[in-house]
Amino acid sequence: MDIERGKVTAIMGPSGTGKTTLLKLIGGQLKPDKGTVFVDGENVHQLSQSALYDLRRRTMGMLFQSGALLTDLTVYDNVAFPLREHTDLPEEAIHHLILLKLEAVGLRGARHLMPAELSGGMARRVALARAIALDPQMIMFDEPFTGQDPISMGVLVKLIHDMNQALGMTSVVVSHDVNETASISDYIYVISDGKVVQSGTPEELQHSESAWVKQFLDGDADGPVPFHYSAKSLIDDLMEGVESVKS
Amino acid sequence: MIVDKILNKLQQTGYKTLSRFSRVGRGSLFLWQVLFSLPYIIKRPGLLVRQLYYVGVQTLLIILVAGLFVGMVLALQAYIVLVDFGAEDSISLMVSLSILRELGPVFTGLLFAGRAGSALTAEIGLMKSTEQLSGMEMMAVDPMKYIIAPRFLAGVIAVPLLTSIFMAIAILGGYFVATEMLGIYEGVFWSQMQNNVDFYTDVINGMIKSLVFGFVVVWIAVFEGHDCMPTSEGLGQATTRTVVHGSLAVLGLDFILTALMFNV
Repeated sequence: MDIERGKVTAIMGPSGTGKTTLLKLIGGQLKPDKGTVFVDGENVHQLSQSALYDLRRRTMGMLFQSGALLTDLTVYDNVAFPLREHTDLPEEAIHHLILLKLEAVGLRGARHLMPAELSGGMARRVALARAIALDPQMIMFDEPFTGQDPISMGVLVKLIHDMNQALGMTSVVVSHDVNETASISDYIYVISDGKVVQSGTPEELQHSESAWVKQFLDGDADGPVPFHYSAKSLIDDLMEGVESVKS
Repeated sequence: MIVDKILNKLQQTGYKTLSRFSRVGRGSLFLWQVLFSLPYIIKRPGLLVRQLYYVGVQTLLIILVAGLFVGMVLALQAYIVLVDFGAEDSISLMVSLSILRELGPVFTGLLFAGRAGSALTAEIGLMKSTEQLSGMEMMAVDPMKYIIAPRFLAGVIAVPLLTSIFMAIAILGGYFVATEMLGIYEGVFWSQMQNNVDFYTDVINGMIKSLVFGFVVVWIAVFEGHDCMPTSEGLGQATTRTVVHGSLAVLGLDFILTALMFNV
């Protein structure tokens, strides 16, 4: 699997197929049983702890599904957090940067709120502002659209697209929201059970021959992925019940 | 059938034993990592001060109230026993020795496990389940240094301080009951204590105990938080384990330390 620099690459697949795991592998939070991950030419899992942290600081930002904002800090301090930790910038410069980052996600006016006071969509936007605070080369989005109302979803789609265009940031979007993701991505990998089932541009996938991919993209209830969880036949199950009641 | 059941039981026992051992291993490794992360606090003393406030200052009230009542009750009970032998003048001796050697460190350890230890576990566990710890890692900030180490050190510093406050207030409580309620002379109360309490064997040993208790309780608390299952059930279990294991560790270690310190 290759993720091209400066492009939006989507990783799609049903829940529980290892999409988030994949992001954690790229970020070096999990170690693979086999295989290698290279980020910016470096093998993530052979780096020392300090080199890994250095790589993360230089190249990666990640947007968690929950936002993962620090709950004891305000919106402002959350965005300031990576800047204060990793740079020696004076507080005025940090102040300007934060305002600009928050302006980009449209939440400059919400900077004094606590994370608990934000809606889910706003929390993700703050998390996005925080993720881009250090201008990473790559940003990973873990299910950015899940559980969002249509407006928030539209805002997030626009933001991810604009950030990519304006800042030339490599974006990796993990999602199972087919339409939103397809609308902004340059290339899509569809994975299932930890394997890449198909890959291509959104247009190529639309015309995919694979019944599985078709079912996934169209959201059909039954198909190669069965509606029923695997079990013996209903008749057998019923008869067995009758016999056990008799005895 | 019976063979199957026995085999099953054996298998379960083996599994449980193995997972216990692996927990102990993880806990020890965790402690190692925490100790290695401590130097980071020199760079960020503000983190430590904040945590000292949370685990130390906010535990102060319960320590003060508990200490006062323990000292008062102890004086009453001592009087009831001693007065039969005409030895009620030794009341201060009994109060101060039991407080300094045993009750001070043990009570503070237990109260700390219940008040601050459980809060630490719950806080860290919730941070884990809301991905705050992962989020920090991805922002290239090591949660071991930023979150765990300051809390650990704050606990280790706070418990001996809280213990000394507990001791002082308990002795004052005993003094109040003895002189105001039971009619012991003030001079007798203090001079008995002065003549018979040894700074090294009684006070210092008590403080060493409190240092050990603090270390163990706060280790258990931060480890349980960091190691918990990131679900509401897992968090509840971890918090309970902190209080139960922390309290048992305090009581068990107290026995061992007493046996070692007082050459019994």
